[in-house]
Amino acid sequence: MHPIIILVAQRLALSTLLLIAASALIFAGTMILPGDVAQSILGQSATPESLANLREELGLNDPPLTRYFDWLFGALQGDLGTALTNGRDIAESIGQRMSNTLFLAFWAAIISVPLAIMLGLIAVRYKDRWPDKLISAVTLASISIPEFLIGYLLMYFIAVKLGWFPSVAMIGDHMSLLQKLQAIALPVMVLTLVVLAHMMRMTRAAILNVMQSAYIETAELKGLTGFQVIARHAFPNAIAPIVNVVMLNLAYLVVGVVVIEVVFVYPGMGQYLVDHVAKRDVPVVQACGLIFAAVYIGLNMVADIVSILANPRLRHPK
Amino acid sequence: MKNIPISALIGLFLTALYFLMALFAPLIAPYGMAQVVGDVWEPSKIEIMLGIAPAGFTESNFWLGTDNIGRDLLSRMIYGGRTTIFIATAATILSFVTGSVLGFFAAVMGGWVDQVLSRFVDLIMSIPTLIFALVVLSVMPVTVPILIVVMGLLDSTRVYRLARAVAVDITVMDYVEAARLRGEKNGWIIFREILPNALSPLVAEMGLRFIFAVLFVSTLSFLGLGVQPPEADWGGIVKENKEGIVYGIPAALLPAVAIATLAISVNLVADWVLNRTTSLKGGRG
Amino acid sequence: MSDPLLKVRDLKIGATVYPPGEKPHDIEIVHGVSFDLAPGKVLGLIGESGAGKSTIGLASMAYGRGGVKITGGEVWVNGRDILKTSHRDIRKLRGGEVTYVSQSAAASFNPAKKIMDQVVEAAVEQKKFSRKEAESRARELFAKLGLPDPDNIGDRYPHQVSGGQLQRCMTALALCPEPDLVVFDEPTTALDVTTQIDVLMAIKEAIADTGVAALYITHDLAVVAQVSDDIMVLKMGNTVEYGNTDQIINNPQEEYTQALVSVRSIEHEEKQPTADPVLSVDGITARYKGLNFDVLHNVNVELHPGQTLAVVGESGSGKSTLARVITGLLPPREGEITFAGRKLSSDLKGRTREDLRELQMIYQMADVAMNPRQTVGTIIGRPLEFYFNMRGAEKRKRIIELLDEIELGEKFIDRYPAELSGGQKQRVCIARSLAAKPKMIICDEVTSALDPLVADGILKLLLDLQKIENVAYLFITHDLATVRAISDSIAVMYQGRVVRYGPKSQVLSPPFDDYTDLLLSSVPEMHLGWLEEVVAHRKMESAGN
Repeated sequence: MHPIIILVAQRLALSTLLLIAASALIFAGTMILPGDVAQSILGQSATPESLANLREELGLNDPPLTRYFDWLFGALQGDLGTALTNGRDIAESIGQRMSNTLFLAFWAAIISVPLAIMLGLIAVRYKDRWPDKLISAVTLASISIPEFLIGYLLMYFIAVKLGWFPSVAMIGDHMSLLQKLQAIALPVMVLTLVVLAHMMRMTRAAILNVMQSAYIETAELKGLTGFQVIARHAFPNAIAPIVNVVMLNLAYLVVGVVVIEVVFVYPGMGQYLVDHVAKRDVPVVQACGLIFAAVYIGLNMVADIVSILANPRLRHPK
Repeated sequence: MKNIPISALIGLFLTALYFLMALFAPLIAPYGMAQVVGDVWEPSKIEIMLGIAPAGFTESNFWLGTDNIGRDLLSRMIYGGRTTIFIATAATILSFVTGSVLGFFAAVMGGWVDQVLSRFVDLIMSIPTLIFALVVLSVMPVTVPILIVVMGLLDSTRVYRLARAVAVDITVMDYVEAARLRGEKNGWIIFREILPNALSPLVAEMGLRFIFAVLFVSTLSFLGLGVQPPEADWGGIVKENKEGIVYGIPAALLPAVAIATLAISVNLVADWVLNRTTSLKGGRG
Repeated sequence: MSDPLLKVRDLKIGATVYPPGEKPHDIEIVHGVSFDLAPGKVLGLIGESGAGKSTIGLASMAYGRGGVKITGGEVWVNGRDILKTSHRDIRKLRGGEVTYVSQSAAASFNPAKKIMDQVVEAAVEQKKFSRKEAESRARELFAKLGLPDPDNIGDRYPHQVSGGQLQRCMTALALCPEPDLVVFDEPTTALDVTTQIDVLMAIKEAIADTGVAALYITHDLAVVAQVSDDIMVLKMGNTVEYGNTDQIINNPQEEYTQALVSVRSIEHEEKQPTADPVLSVDGITARYKGLNFDVLHNVNVELHPGQTLAVVGESGSGKSTLARVITGLLPPREGEITFAGRKLSSDLKGRTREDLRELQMIYQMADVAMNPRQTVGTIIGRPLEFYFNMRGAEKRKRIIELLDEIELGEKFIDRYPAELSGGQKQRVCIARSLAAKPKMIICDEVTSALDPLVADGILKLLLDLQKIENVAYLFITHDLATVRAISDSIAVMYQGRVVRYGPKSQVLSPPFDDYTDLLLSSVPEMHLGWLEEVVAHRKMESAGN
């Protein structure tokens, strides 16, 4: 078998293993830690009977391992259990919210990825001149402010003072695509700003790394134009690191979404998760945690696999 | 050390200023932290001086105005800075001690110790930090010590990776091998051969971890899962005053200024520490 | 003679340096160099590191590496000053009229593209040939350069061929567009000595066949003597001597050139064994963890007090592994080591402090063998403290004695390694090992990273110290000239085995085994026509078989 297939299969298996381990960790994090779930849901004034009832209802009397496997197999079949706070099916509640979240993340990615790569290239092209320095300064500023504050800054100046976009991102099924885009314009802008800085900086570093290779000098000494050097010799070697950068930042974006949804009161997964953490609704928290971890692990896996596929040493073994 | 660049000097000055304010908050703050001293969202002296206060206001007793229930914002910012900086500092120290001790240990021991520790850290890092923190905080009582422990331990995975990588780079150096061949004990190797060479990158990283801790605790407080009212902290101030934004009241944006200046100052210092290291390396070649 | 192909006049080159703790500033690294090169001729540029030879070579393509800028003078190629011509014209020059062969072909080939695509790229781009013509020309060059399977090797990726083969592919890449001039920048330096001779011959024949002119840049005078018509000796960016090859080699005028010509001619009389061996290695077989084959097979050698055993071999011969086994860093699978009359524990942990003290080691790369955060005094003082419990004034006195012995002196005591030159660093490492008053020192390629003259100084120092301290050396090297200069007995290693072992006079005299013969005859000698003699000799032998 081609060694690359083996390597990719190994990555897939490893990611699956990691996901299972992560699920165990999430489960353990909510079940075995010192706090008693029933107690913390009902508070200190709960009667012993109500505590016992809740423990029974939650299945807290079963051994932890049994509960974990019940939960895991349920999750694999799409059954995420029911929410403690309102008794609704979690999978159902998550469905709509997840598509909202993906909608938001999708548009943020569509805008930020090409923009970041382009700006990264500009920074490399004008290395150590003013465009590069400006980009570094903006990067430093934007990684120094938490996402939610960037959100409020934009909300204050663009939505409230200028009135260009709504300050709250409510979307619903009755809206047209254009209306929806109008509604999510601000949160998309914030998310773009948040990942842009990292992505630009990492793209710049990745391309500079390739441009310093000896084979770039060889190409220059062949009398090729600057464009030919980049297109023929730098680009094929820069794909893998850039894809890696993009994937890592998309993973970062998925987490950024959580906070931004709260800022703009956007009906997505993040808002749902934060609400239920506050209400100590453990099954919902577990379900959301598992989904976020799965997305995160999945994106990291794609980054790994792209690096393997793009490596000529692995693609063309001796 | 004579020629510290101007940017690093500014950074050092501002960082020191913030830490002094945190230490002496009760002496500096004009009012008590939870003391209600005025109306809701009174405009600030600064706004009045600049002439951008809402119509009808011509004077103010408060440099930064009042908050959503009429407390002095400047006092809350100062006390809030104290809480935020304290939690971030404590979490950073915890993450550094745990992460670097385990990282050095893994690098020097190698073998299965290294494997077990590193794979466990991989696992923790496979779940986004914020999500993991939310999961844990959903079942734990949210108190300051618990916040510090959760943040510190989660962040120690990053420190572990860096400390291990730096130490592994150093342990393969011939001078460490020479020390082993001389018969030196592990203690000498870690403290005399590895540590002096690993210190600068670790100190620079400490700055970045501290910034991250400030952002993280602010985020948690903003989400209502960090510092609990009536205690003040920068993230909490945003949460309390966010409703004002829609009415054009900028109170919630004050922490942005504070966090950003603190973070940039620390960053400038960290950059300088790191550059000093690289220039030393360049001199070696 | 018609106009020269390449005419360089008063060339000055500058660079920006970034010293630690100071502001970056510009310095001049080449101070007004002039020379001519006629069509079809070869000029050798020779000098130690920092001489500016590569920089001058690249200037003939109007190229500056990193922060390097040409600041003055003229460079005429084919009748025009390329420092004043247009960008478009420079692109025509590079890859069309002048091409380049670098030291490391492995790094200079793009890992993501097939060899053929890269070899023909310049020829096609410069419209010298159609793609088809260029490919058939490339195949001819592959054959001429002695590459295996010349018709198909172009379809491979760079990592799929060996280092020596890739270096020849790089030569094909440079010759493919039919340039007027090729700049060879240390093309054989990274190769093993037995591979070097083949590549050297291939390059020489290719130059002769195609009638191309060449600038041949190297630090090895013996190599450049084989291929060039003229030689220019450079030092610190200045011309020391410039003349035809015969004159430079056989009648050098300048002192510096004379030193370069006579380098590695240290005479060392072989000593007879006088006492029981200080070290005997018996039947050592070893492998690295995780590998399923042995790196050393049944190695047996002995070393006598106050003498030098040279272990010589090419990369992968197992010579450094042997050092690791003796030091206890790699416990062997079989065999044992006796040192100073006692059996040594195979593992470092089982050795006594006395074992460790009496067996010291010096490394190839002196700059990573010293902790950059310790002063010279601390570095040399630590073994005194550790083994002899010396403190304060007593320790300082001994450190100064050692510094005098290595010809550096007291003023170095508070310096950091970064403030020392390569040769000085290696001297400090020698002092550190002497501080332990060892019976034996393992020297692992201690002169390989140094310029020839500096290396000579280190070898002389080691020989002097051996007389004073009566210390034995196990000297690991790939360089046979070093072996001749320093050893009393020799072990030749090949693929993990000792293929020849005995006193120096015996090992270096015929009859030879095949490998030793190949190895000895591959070492470039400082006389004209050596390359042809060796190649003719080998052809005769293979015809005879």
